Amino acid sequence: MSTDIEKFKAGSPMSSVLRMDRMPHIWCPGCGIGSEVNSFAEAVKRSGVDPKKIVVVSGIGCTGRVAGYVNFDSIHATHGRAVAVATGVKLANPDLTVVVFSGEGDLAGIGGNHLIHAARRNMDLIVICNNNFTYGMTGGQVTPTTPGTASASTTPYGNYEYPFSLPLLMDACGATYIARWTSMHSRNVTQSIEEALARKGFSFIEIISPCPTLYLRRNRLGDGVDQLQNYQDNSILKHGADTRETAIDYQGKIVVGKFVERNKPTYLEASDKCAVKLIGDDYQLYGKTLPEREAEEKAEKERTAARRAAALAEEAAQESAAAAPKAAAKKAPAKKAAAPKKAAAKAPAKKAAAKAPAKKAAAPKKTAAKAPAKKAAAKTAPKAVKKPAAKPAAKAKAAPKKTRK
Amino acid sequence: MKTEQRKASAPVDVCSSERFPGVSITTADPKGVDAGAHFMDGDHAIAEGGLAAGCRFFAGYPITPSTETAERFAERAPEVGAMFIQMEDEIASIAALIGGAWGGQKVMTVTCGPGFSLMTENIGLACMTETPMVIANVQRAGPSTGSPTLTAQQDMMQAKWGPHGDNLMIALSPDSPQECFDLTVEAFNLSEYYRVPVIILTDETVGHMHEKVVVPPADQIKVLPRNNYSGPVEECRPYKFNSKGGNPMVRAGDGYNFHITGLVHNEKGYPAANAAQGKVVVTHLMEKINSNADKIIRLDEDQVDGADVVVVSYGITSRIAVKAIQDARKEGMKVGSLRMITIWPFCEKRIRELAGKVKAFVVPEINYGQMVLEVERCAGGRSKVISVNHCGGAVHDPEVILDAIRKANK
Repeated sequence: MSTDIEKFKAGSPMSSVLRMDRMPHIWCPGCGIGSEVNSFAEAVKRSGVDPKKIVVVSGIGCTGRVAGYVNFDSIHATHGRAVAVATGVKLANPDLTVVVFSGEGDLAGIGGNHLIHAARRNMDLIVICNNNFTYGMTGGQVTPTTPGTASASTTPYGNYEYPFSLPLLMDACGATYIARWTSMHSRNVTQSIEEALARKGFSFIEIISPCPTLYLRRNRLGDGVDQLQNYQDNSILKHGADTRETAIDYQGKIVVGKFVERNKPTYLEASDKCAVKLIGDDYQLYGKTLPEREAEEKAEKERTAARRAAALAEEAAQESAAAAPKAAAKKAPAKKAAAPKKAAAKAPAKKAAAKAPAKKAAAPKKTAAKAPAKKAAAKTAPKAVKKPAAKPAAKAKAAPKKTRK
Repeated sequence: MKTEQRKASAPVDVCSSERFPGVSITTADPKGVDAGAHFMDGDHAIAEGGLAAGCRFFAGYPITPSTETAERFAERAPEVGAMFIQMEDEIASIAALIGGAWGGQKVMTVTCGPGFSLMTENIGLACMTETPMVIANVQRAGPSTGSPTLTAQQDMMQAKWGPHGDNLMIALSPDSPQECFDLTVEAFNLSEYYRVPVIILTDETVGHMHEKVVVPPADQIKVLPRNNYSGPVEECRPYKFNSKGGNPMVRAGDGYNFHITGLVHNEKGYPAANAAQGKVVVTHLMEKINSNADKIIRLDEDQVDGADVVVVSYGITSRIAVKAIQDARKEGMKVGSLRMITIWPFCEKRIRELAGKVKAFVVPEINYGQMVLEVERCAGGRSKVISVNHCGGAVHDPEVILDAIRKANK
């Protein structure tokens, strides 16, 4: 067991961006957070942003633990305050790229005030919001986004509150980049994070994600993979969608895509402008004039572009190297090829990476994200994995509701 | 005696290598120092003290009677090259300070009771993550919204016991606008050294009182610059649980990939929430203050040795007490004055020394009796302790304090 973990740690393609000395992580099998972190890590690698200059801030909760697993400067703040802490980091050192990675209860519930004001100020932050409709860490309570009549431990007879549509909220507050995906859309999530890393201003990326342990089980919606199937069946891709039409009903349609991308001065740009108007070109922030800072930023941008080009070239080389064994695998019996697919879609790279060598693991992951996960998995997944997924679902349908107290 | 008090606190070298061993001490960055004699109120002096100490990041939220500090900082920020942001509330303000401190800046905010209450949870996070910061609490009369424009000293215990769990902060209490300046500089030095929030517990009267404030030239203001770790990556530890001050900070962006959390953690900053590690962390948080109390505590004493009655006071009340003490001395009583400049850690050792030697301690304060509890605890029944309390909204009538001294002397 421990040797498996050590092998995984050594061979993981993400070992440079994740804290391998903290693995295994705490997230449940079937949870979406792991694959989101994987997407984030991949986006960082592809973006070319200097990893030294990235700071990740999380709040409290399951997603709040993200800060502890990423190999960057990271702050695990108090419940709801991640955005405010991140604001402090960014303003204290504008050279840093500051990412908030937290859950919807943390960001839009207890931390809603900070979220709306950071968006209003166009604070130069990237906010990644894992929205699983539940407070996972505390045992499955209703959140500000729990849709429709879903059951939660604090709405045991069904939810009767109106949920937030986070893209609409963020749009109204002035966020300059808004996207929503589900945790099935790994590649799109990666792409959105890459876009956010390359731009200035307040970027908000919502990722709808399954919580199999609490939300799905309580609502008898099967396992994580069943929910991924639901995302596959019910996601409607609509770039530039009117954010007023992005509400999510209980197990209803989920509008996904990049909804908003607009440019306006960030908080720092606006405050610089004001100060320069007052003081002139002598104005310095933390001992540096604006032209000095702009020159540094430009140089860093060039270095980032070079690093990005190198990362993409390396990726292409790896892909072509992986193409040969991949073609061979196609001919092999389906079981072998599909098993890592299922694992990749369901859980973070852990299982896939432990079984397959590093290079292979990266390739099947992508196909898993694209292909309907259930179909591939249902046929071929090993019994041990499939059973717990199917059993509660079957039971749930048969069990009368009143068995619950 | 009033002028003697001023003199007593000014020329002492409060930033010596004996007091702050093992770290470098420099002089202030002239950019933040508005040297000269000013006529200014305590709130403004706090902002000037912060700028002089090298604070370049202020996040705050307006609240009477502290707002003037934020206004002053906002006005001065562009010329000094500092960042000022008015956050959406006090919770955000203190959270931004935590981010700002790990982002590499010296940070401060200002508030009063209601805002201080809102900040409390994240003051706990700052204690736990050992984040240096200065928070000025310009106290107003409570409870709750209370009397926003009127004075009080009712948050004394909150500055010690506010955040849940066991942790200690340092608190200082200025009695004048000049001390608002001096003690803010000192607060930053203590905060940087012990990596702990330092609270300036002033009050509405001092905050809004205009007096002469002398800001010395930059080369006469001694400060502790931020002590950032710069060694090898693999040896980088954001924490050292050694019950000492002087441990270095780690700055975001320097490539050390630090992690900090409010969870019980190990020296790497990784979560390690178990009883054994809890003991290690809590012991360090408590003992880095307790075991250095002698170095931290500053008192302003006048004729305490040989006194029959000692008036223990702080902040604006100590200035009211001067009149009562002078009158009592005229009546032939042997009265000493012990003014606490440092509130927390409490001057336990000194009170214990005096207990049994003096007939009584008289403790006037603008609350229902808070610091008097500490005096009682340390007096241990060996001397009488007389509380001269006040429900807030005004300062004492000196006559009331004088009556208490007379009673104490019997």
